Amino acid sequence: MSKVTNILVCGVGGQGVMTATEILAEAAISLGFDVKKTEVAGMSQRGGVVTSHLRFGSEVLSPQILPGEADLLIGFESAEALRWGHMLRPGGVALVNSGRIVPPVVNIGLFDYPEQPVAQMRALGLRVHDFDATALAVQLGNIRLGNTVMLGASSDWLPFPAEVLRDAVLARFGSRKPKLVDVNREAFEAGRRAVAGETLAA
Amino acid sequence: MSASQPVPAAARLFLSGNEAVARAVWEAGTRVAAAYPGTPSTEILEVLAKYPDLYTEWSINEKVSLEVALGASMVGARAFCAMKHVGMNVASDALMTMTVTGTEGGLVIAIADDVGMSSSQNEQDSRYWGRFAHLPVLEPADSQEAYAMTRAAFELSERFRTPVILRLTTRICHVKGVVVAGEREAVEPGGFTKDPRRWVMVPGNAKPRLPLMFEREAAVRAEAENSPLNFRVDGTDRRIGFVTSGPAFMHVREAFPDAPVFKLGLSCPAPLESLRKFAASVDSVLVVEETEPLLETELKAAGIACHGKDVLPRTGELAPDALHLGVARLRGEVVAEPEHVVPQQVFPRPPTMCVACPHLGVYYTLSQMRNVMIAGDIGCYTLGAGHPWNALDSCISMGASMGTALGMDKGRGKVDENKKVVAVIGDSTFMHMGMQGLLDITWNRGNVTVLLLDNRAVGMTGGQDNPGSGRDLHGKETTRIDFAKLCEALGVKKERIRVLDPYQLPVLFKALREETKIEEPSVIITDRPCVLIDHYVPTKPYLVKEDRCTGCGNCVDVGCPAIHVIRRDKEVKASGKEVDLSFVRIDTSACTGCGLCVQPCAPEAIIHAEPVQTLQPVQFVRK
Repeated sequence: MSKVTNILVCGVGGQGVMTATEILAEAAISLGFDVKKTEVAGMSQRGGVVTSHLRFGSEVLSPQILPGEADLLIGFESAEALRWGHMLRPGGVALVNSGRIVPPVVNIGLFDYPEQPVAQMRALGLRVHDFDATALAVQLGNIRLGNTVMLGASSDWLPFPAEVLRDAVLARFGSRKPKLVDVNREAFEAGRRAVAGETLAA
Repeated sequence: MSASQPVPAAARLFLSGNEAVARAVWEAGTRVAAAYPGTPSTEILEVLAKYPDLYTEWSINEKVSLEVALGASMVGARAFCAMKHVGMNVASDALMTMTVTGTEGGLVIAIADDVGMSSSQNEQDSRYWGRFAHLPVLEPADSQEAYAMTRAAFELSERFRTPVILRLTTRICHVKGVVVAGEREAVEPGGFTKDPRRWVMVPGNAKPRLPLMFEREAAVRAEAENSPLNFRVDGTDRRIGFVTSGPAFMHVREAFPDAPVFKLGLSCPAPLESLRKFAASVDSVLVVEETEPLLETELKAAGIACHGKDVLPRTGELAPDALHLGVARLRGEVVAEPEHVVPQQVFPRPPTMCVACPHLGVYYTLSQMRNVMIAGDIGCYTLGAGHPWNALDSCISMGASMGTALGMDKGRGKVDENKKVVAVIGDSTFMHMGMQGLLDITWNRGNVTVLLLDNRAVGMTGGQDNPGSGRDLHGKETTRIDFAKLCEALGVKKERIRVLDPYQLPVLFKALREETKIEEPSVIITDRPCVLIDHYVPTKPYLVKEDRCTGCGNCVDVGCPAIHVIRRDKEVKASGKEVDLSFVRIDTSACTGCGLCVQPCAPEAIIHAEPVQTLQPVQFVRK
């Protein structure tokens, strides 16, 4: 892995992409890294495309990840992962929620949703782990846990121990809400298991 | 790790540029801070509002916010105001004279340029204001600099008794980085001194002050030559020396780590003599600036040879990939083919209106009207120009729907004489700059029907309060404006003002048809709140009884993102005409039961559902 770690998180406005990236950033900061995180918010809250760039290392200059530079692509939505696949560096890894969010422009028949976004990514030679984070979250009783599931999935592909990220996630809920802490821990581990078996060479 | 907590000095914070500016404004002992929300600057005031011991307000527009800040400066208080780039177009009337009066208490104006246009109607370079108004401009390159330069801006302002512009861009405002913060200074206002020659800008008083303004500019230029905000980074590869400012500095360092760089923090007035020396020390100079060739032009005018926009993009951000291309062009090199995969074509995913948005009813109704010209305005409702409604014909500037509608009415010829003229404007935009336009319509007998969409919030920027919500920046109760009375006071006849529920489609349609027929100014006010604001209460959701759905697609035309097409078909009508069918499903977990889609559904296929779960797959919640 290069001196600076580049993580690109993508999805749809409202999915919690920015919050997830924020938590990843907090984990990196807790280890003393220099960290920069950038996104273009603005209209993205209205169901638009959202990407969040996270860069950390001993010193980070530009906050932007360029095409072909991302070590890790965390896709909260299938078609969005496909849209941003070119951001991965050769040998980079994509973790993709196979769940879909179909926009109105597809509903009204102006555009088609790609038939097999993940298969299309693999056909390009990209290394992809896909799993249904939305379904896992719903199984755990709360669709909002999708966010934590995705973070759990990413936790063994980071240049630091998964526990650091897990602690950063759980720290969000504090000691006053033990139930939320428990269910988020479960969601985190469910995400971890969903992509277990292969880890990024450090 | 919130910016707003009273964290100890020297704490290592993770702050966006906006949060860093807010922190520094508070630390500077600022007494008054004002702004109108606007991406990418909005969060500065939102964060500042949580700090203790200073007055913060949402103003009704940027001009007022700047005047509030100036007033505070006049009484010797430190003052701050923030706006997006187009905000200064509105505020510049005040700016161009406050540069003549100068300031008393330190006055810093943050202007956030939406370089790359993530959420704006144009791209502007606010560094021009520094040249136009002869004011110092500071340009931070990341959060830490945004913090440090805000502190420096107050000192500069008081030392030279001048307003100081802090020029931010989206890539500063919305980038988070590590910031080491300090402590709040205690600053007591020095008091107001009656001095008409200073503050009453009639020609006799203003004229003698003009030379003072130019003296001040010269003094700041001398300061810029020696300021530690302007510095040089040495490099071994002297083929190209870069002159740069703002976030482009980081991109230059990232892309060309071995090149010499002259980094401008106090970029206006430019330190031309220091730049001349720098230019002499390298083979050639490339000016990297977002977005206009300002420094480039000034260097050339000073006889310093340089490159700039001849090899770099004229618009948008200058990220490292753009720089690599530009430098390759300059050196006559061929750029290597990228190693990454080719970007894939995926459907566009433009922002949409929210599930159950009250604007959906308005645009569905407008989309059903024929022979109409619809002047639009700036806000969430600009999305009405998109699919499936296509029911907005213009979007120019804050409040422009009023004037452009009147101009359409007065200017139309025979070809348009049977068309109706409608203006669509939101509540905040109306109060920002629309009221004057409506007054012009009534005064000049315009035949315009105004749709005033009162959702009691500044929706697009995150649902901030405004005078229509009856709450201030801090959520506290205050005067609530009655739009019907306001429109009446602006000259609209009482019987031409209707207040309607936008979820009642037949009522809305009838009102629009009637008001557009009557040849005098009329206002239709829709009065249901934004679904993003805290007190929106969802009701029982709906589902589609699939055996009843005939695929007519009427509900799809409402444009609600909770309605999904699950199957398409074609049908040949008795007339021989082939029509498309769209069979639908409602995402019941996202539906909040507004009932808009139920109304155009002829076969009554949309019925109430028991909530399957209380949470939504796509959460449109206010941050």
